[in-house]
Amino acid sequence: MAGKKFDYAPAPESRGIVDLQPAYGLFIGGEFVDPLDGRAFKTVSPATEEVLAEISEAGPRDVDRAVVAARRAYERVWSKLPARERGKYLFRIARILQERARELAVLESLDNGKPIRESRDVDIPLVAAWFFHYAGWADKLEYAGVSTASSGPPKPLGVAGQIIPWNFPLLMLAWKIAPALACGNTVVLKPAETTSLTALLFAEICQQADLPPGVVNIVTGAGETGSALVEHPGVDKIAFTGSTEVGKMIARSTAGTGKKVTLELGGKAANIVFDDAPVDQAVEGIVNGIFFNQGHVCCAGSRLLVQESAYDEVLTSLKRRLGTLRLGDPLDKNTDIGAINSPEQLGRIRELSDVGESEGAARWSPPCELPDKGFWFPPTIFTGVSQAHRIAREEIFGPVLSVLTFRTPAEAVEKANNTPYGLSAGVWTDKGSRILWMAGQLRAGVVWANTFNRFDPASPFGGYKESGFGREGGRHGLEAYLDV
Amino acid sequence: MVATTAPPPVERVAPQPPWAAGLSDVTASDASLRRFLHGLPGVDQVGAEARATMLATRSIKTVAKAWAIDLAITMIDLTTLEGQDTPGKVRALCAKAMRPDPSDPTVPRVAAVCVYPDMVPMAVQTLSGSGVRVASVATAFPSGRASLAVKLADTRDAVTAGADEIDMVIDRGAFLSGRYMQVHEEIVAVREACGNAHLKVILETGELVTYDNARRASWLAMLAGGDFIKTSTGKISPAATLPVTLVMLEAVRDFRDTTGRQVGVKPAGGIRTAKDAIKHLVLVNETAGDDWLDPDWFRIGASSLLNDLLMQRTKMATGRYSGPDYFTLD
Repeated sequence: MAGKKFDYAPAPESRGIVDLQPAYGLFIGGEFVDPLDGRAFKTVSPATEEVLAEISEAGPRDVDRAVVAARRAYERVWSKLPARERGKYLFRIARILQERARELAVLESLDNGKPIRESRDVDIPLVAAWFFHYAGWADKLEYAGVSTASSGPPKPLGVAGQIIPWNFPLLMLAWKIAPALACGNTVVLKPAETTSLTALLFAEICQQADLPPGVVNIVTGAGETGSALVEHPGVDKIAFTGSTEVGKMIARSTAGTGKKVTLELGGKAANIVFDDAPVDQAVEGIVNGIFFNQGHVCCAGSRLLVQESAYDEVLTSLKRRLGTLRLGDPLDKNTDIGAINSPEQLGRIRELSDVGESEGAARWSPPCELPDKGFWFPPTIFTGVSQAHRIAREEIFGPVLSVLTFRTPAEAVEKANNTPYGLSAGVWTDKGSRILWMAGQLRAGVVWANTFNRFDPASPFGGYKESGFGREGGRHGLEAYLDV
Repeated sequence: MVATTAPPPVERVAPQPPWAAGLSDVTASDASLRRFLHGLPGVDQVGAEARATMLATRSIKTVAKAWAIDLAITMIDLTTLEGQDTPGKVRALCAKAMRPDPSDPTVPRVAAVCVYPDMVPMAVQTLSGSGVRVASVATAFPSGRASLAVKLADTRDAVTAGADEIDMVIDRGAFLSGRYMQVHEEIVAVREACGNAHLKVILETGELVTYDNARRASWLAMLAGGDFIKTSTGKISPAATLPVTLVMLEAVRDFRDTTGRQVGVKPAGGIRTAKDAIKHLVLVNETAGDDWLDPDWFRIGASSLLNDLLMQRTKMATGRYSGPDYFTLD
């Protein structure tokens, strides 16, 4: 539909602002150090397969060094600091994040493959917002409602081990580090192995902010590094965002250790469109629900539930809209759909999509040219999907939408809740009363009404069932980092 | 030259045009028209504004920008609607319309010159044979607060004087009090009075306020036979905004899907910079598509916009910005 006459010329954001180093060390005790056993791995740009840098792989001894540094910083400096001073550091970090926003956005898009429009307009502004929000909480914890007058001001836990995913690298770092530090903990954070770069740039920002050494430590590596951190006896708290499979492993290995755990895991969210919905905006919401960040979103609206009486209209509009999506260079400012983060993830998306077809669902993608190099998958919708299909039950974590129908509000609720997950849901209707009723019925941590994938640091976020436990964000997110 | 043989006031039901076959019941009665307009899908304000904001981030550079600037120039209805308008002012505007930049003959001419009815003869005379059309506001512009007879006389006056296009205003009072059939009949009557002239229906969305109203008024104007739907008179703030143009583009797109008839869109008022104009073209491109990227189907009502487009055009050609004194005032 769009694009024959008005051909947008390439509008690439310059890479020049990013100062990439050939190799990065681990950030322990306020400085970059080499890993003790000298192992390293390469990080590539998923859009071009270009090697961006060498990243150190932290072994168990490196993790131990990091935990020791965090413990020392906790005992000697951070827990002794007046809360107001902790807040000042967080405000300072938030301001530097804003000052260096463009650099962070370019680096995030390079390393992750997400469009610069999203890293620039969504990820990085939210990162700064998270630090500002929790900076304000640092000296007001006794008013957070998690403690009583007799128990006194709530106390931090100590050292938090934090493991984050590759889909929103810096934003997930902010979700983890900002509340932990505001509450008075120190942290050892492990970024995902395919997206370490912005976390390492954040380490530089900690130096720039004169954050006391050891308050934030960043250990890069893959699953082994993660389990070394989870199993380390010196860690008081584990916060994890990632797959349900790994989440279960963490739950098993921390059981009985006394470590406090929060898990934010997978999802298979229902995006429910009633026949009185504002159609044009609902279609935008569907697109934003599943194609935002190539569908690499744990709360993605990957199951579209459309009321049968609106099915034709919604599907026609949706297909027309998908024809206007622009897939390509993540650094081009007009790109809507970027690259799939890794060949492994691309393989999983392909596998589940093939399963969808063999199970009998109808697959559709708009005409869409994929670049020769890099990892790409076209925006895809499956129609004729039933609850029994694997593509309606399993998290695909890619730009693949399964379309189902319903007839009555009760049926919509039943289908929406009929999943092992429960992270988010969306409701599209012009009826306020129905929104409130649905929100009460849906077993999902977040219910969006006439919008989708909107985030705010003041709002708690977290899952039901296999989507995890604990809440992040807002006042509720403080509890995960306080001894209450 | 004033029309002396005005036909008697229109007092009949308009014949059913073929494109409206599927919608014939809609305008059968006040009740059916109301049911239809209120049955259109709602517009979520937050969502519509978010979509317009997102599209405004499109980065249009180099060859795409040069193409868009020239297209925008050909879409301008160069407008002067002031109490202080004189034949001299209109003549000067017409000269600018035909050759926007006297030093550069490659600059295309604008689509039309838009004036008050009494200035139409002067514009017709000056623009004769140039390809630039003459548009006239009518129907007691801008408020529309006059009897139907006066509005029709106003229209005929402009048409008889040679206007190619009539920009009418709807009765916002009638619309807001729910008298949709009255608004409909008035548009039908003005359409009739236009003869061969094209009819643009000004919704004055700044007074209708909600996007739901903008969508309903768009459909109402299209059902009544308008050739174009136009956002504003330019006398009320806010005038053309990106979300309101978005909602109207969705309406013409859906109307063509339903009836097969294509209707044009004209945002007017408040579009002053090349950047604003290009944002509107992006909206057209990603909402209604290629068929509307044409001066026959998309116009921009503006006056100062033209000079900014010329300035950007010169900058793209020479790499330098010239001062405003290098472009003619009107």
